[in-house]
Amino acid sequence: MKNNTEPKIVAFCCNWCSYAGADSAGTSRLQMKPHFRVIRAMCSSRIDPELILDTLKKGAWGVLVAGCHPGDCHYVTGNYRTQKRIALLKNLLQELGIAPQRVRLEWISANEGGKFQKVINEFIDEIASLGPLQLAGRSTAKEAS
Amino acid sequence: MKIGVYVCHCGGNISEVVDIKKLTSSAENQPEVAVVRDNAHMCSDVGRNLVLEDIKKHKLDRVVVAACSPQFHGKTFMDIVEKAGLSPYVFEMANIREQCSWPHFNEPDLATKKAKDLISVALAKARLDESLSRKTMPIGKRVLVVGAGIAGIQAALDLGDAGFEVYLVEKEATIGGKMAQLSRTFPTEDCAACILSPKMADVPANPNITLFTNSEIEKVSGFLGNFDVTINKKPTYVNDQCVACGVCEEKCPVKIPNEFEQELTTRRAIYVPFEFAVPYKYLIDESNCIYLQKGKCGNCKKVCPHDAVDFDQKPEKVEVKVDTIIVATGYDIFDAKEKKVYGFGTNKNVITSLAMERMIVHEAEGRATREIGKRVAFIQCVGSRDEQIGNEYCSRICCMYATKLSQLLKRADPKKDVYVFYTDLRAFGKGFEEYYKRAQKTGVKFIRGRVAEVNEDSKTGKVAIKVEDTLARQIIESEFDLVVLSVGMTPGAGTKQAAEVLRMTKSPGGFLQEAHPKFKPVDTLNDGVFICGCAQGPKDIPDTVAQASAAASRAIRLMNKGIYAVEPITAVVDEDLCSGCATCVSVCPYEAVKTEMKDDKRVAKVNEILCQGCGSCSAACPSGASQQHWFMNNQLKAMVGAALGEEEQ
Repeated sequence: MKNNTEPKIVAFCCNWCSYAGADSAGTSRLQMKPHFRVIRAMCSSRIDPELILDTLKKGAWGVLVAGCHPGDCHYVTGNYRTQKRIALLKNLLQELGIAPQRVRLEWISANEGGKFQKVINEFIDEIASLGPLQLAGRSTAKEAS
Repeated sequence: MKIGVYVCHCGGNISEVVDIKKLTSSAENQPEVAVVRDNAHMCSDVGRNLVLEDIKKHKLDRVVVAACSPQFHGKTFMDIVEKAGLSPYVFEMANIREQCSWPHFNEPDLATKKAKDLISVALAKARLDESLSRKTMPIGKRVLVVGAGIAGIQAALDLGDAGFEVYLVEKEATIGGKMAQLSRTFPTEDCAACILSPKMADVPANPNITLFTNSEIEKVSGFLGNFDVTINKKPTYVNDQCVACGVCEEKCPVKIPNEFEQELTTRRAIYVPFEFAVPYKYLIDESNCIYLQKGKCGNCKKVCPHDAVDFDQKPEKVEVKVDTIIVATGYDIFDAKEKKVYGFGTNKNVITSLAMERMIVHEAEGRATREIGKRVAFIQCVGSRDEQIGNEYCSRICCMYATKLSQLLKRADPKKDVYVFYTDLRAFGKGFEEYYKRAQKTGVKFIRGRVAEVNEDSKTGKVAIKVEDTLARQIIESEFDLVVLSVGMTPGAGTKQAAEVLRMTKSPGGFLQEAHPKFKPVDTLNDGVFICGCAQGPKDIPDTVAQASAAASRAIRLMNKGIYAVEPITAVVDEDLCSGCATCVSVCPYEAVKTEMKDDKRVAKVNEILCQGCGSCSAACPSGASQQHWFMNNQLKAMVGAALGEEEQ
């Protein structure tokens, strides 16, 4: 990975709440650190753990998954699935020696531009202090205790 | 493959931050890119025609537009791509405005780099886009309207008149909503009942409207063109044989405060809500009826000449199928008890503006309910523009209704001293400023200042007010006979319930959120569900009526053709890879996936009509057999790669 000195965050956002929340932050001209790239899916539940692992493997320092608040999911129960899957994935990250905080799950509604800004800035700071993910040998790391 | 890339300046919104030249030259070097252009306004006619002509001239088969959010103009460009003869799903949008130039305007270099990456992400997805086509589905002409205040009535009448089948559901025993309680309407001072009651009467007279009063929406499932609604009809304990002769009421021994009259008068346990109620028939208030509570009395049943009283009535569930839904559930007035400093509820000469409306109605009819007194003060912004109690918004009607009430008081007695203590006087509507000026000329004193103290003298009943006149810069301490709290609007209980049942998004103040504040003010993010009136936010009667007609017309737009287009972004199963484990079946919220036998092998099968395209099954599939169109596994992986600066091979 060339020039791996700046944090790289991939933010998977659901179409209905969090992507609109990211838009809302921009519309309100709330300033954020630019080190993240939003990828839109219809629902946070489309984002499978394997894709998140692949994202880390491809060089992301951290991955944010953002969906609608519990009870507000456009697809009724999608965000509950996401919640369970991310919890399991975090256990797996621990096993693999990857700091679980590199994957973060947040509920951000369409009008929470302020929350989107706060989460992004906080997450970028936190991940910047961890530095790039160093994968050793067969895709394992040694940063989680 | 030939991709066209179009970069929008957005009239400076993007180009003042992001270096457009760098974006276009970087896009030119990307694989499969045949045409790269930039334009000041891609969404304009000129911009759209650029795309249209290039598709034809250069035989493009993919289009990427780097501009605003796809939620803003995605549909605009999908329509253009479709018009040029391509699938609308070979179009991708890079959001370099809301998610780049706006939130990163302080860091133009990093913003430019990010915009480049976002275009790469869109390109990576576009290369793998399939030529999906929209399916068309039949749609009927049935509409559910929730709430029958002036908003719901107007929407229902418009739809009924246009030949659509309407189910109008109202939680109260009569239609009419809050408007029925008002004395007159600003700024014309029309009598509210006189303009509302004919509209109310039109509802049962309309053959296309089925009215459910005393009823609530219990459950809504399904989707646009196919909603299943469960209506809970609560018992009124009076059947349809009631002719409202009133004999029962005379014999009812119960006397309780009348909520419609803001407790200024009393009513019986068997009652008609008000004199122009629709339907005009009696009902029994279950919680105050002696027979229903204790099994004794039953006077009303004994005396009814039409055998209309039926104590055995039970709640009834009615199932209806509708194609679209309009939510017109309105507001509640702010509970003035929450604003403790004004002493509402303990000081008997501190009342709400709605009580004042009712007092004026009764006084005009020569049956005054109570003494108004000589000196009257209005306190504005009670429950509005008040961060202490958590309502930041302006309720939009209080300035003008206080002005109106002041005028009605002055007209009845020009010698009355009427004061209005306001934060800002907002007279923004047609004819409002003129009305406000006229009120000033009649001697009403408008004083700018938020009232700090309200104290009632328990002996004299006079209410002392302390306020700083922020224009004259002096403290005013003065006594009044009556203090009227100009209470604002809050999202009503009905609005909260509708939001829950229909899973609707709410705005910060708790009112229902529109799909777009400017261009889709009555649409919601739920396809086929529309909002109007004060359920969407505080507004006056003309705005409410305009929105109600708008909601009806937006619903008609969807239904009138008899068919509608279904998004093809559903799940799809690769039967060769599928092991028939049925994990997808267990995660689907819509029961859209089933397993079936095919050539001696169990495989999952997606019902494309029921599938709403969340993609949860695709994420759950252990073998990669279940995927989602337009969000295929290889597309998501390619997007991730591009986002992280992987070079395209």
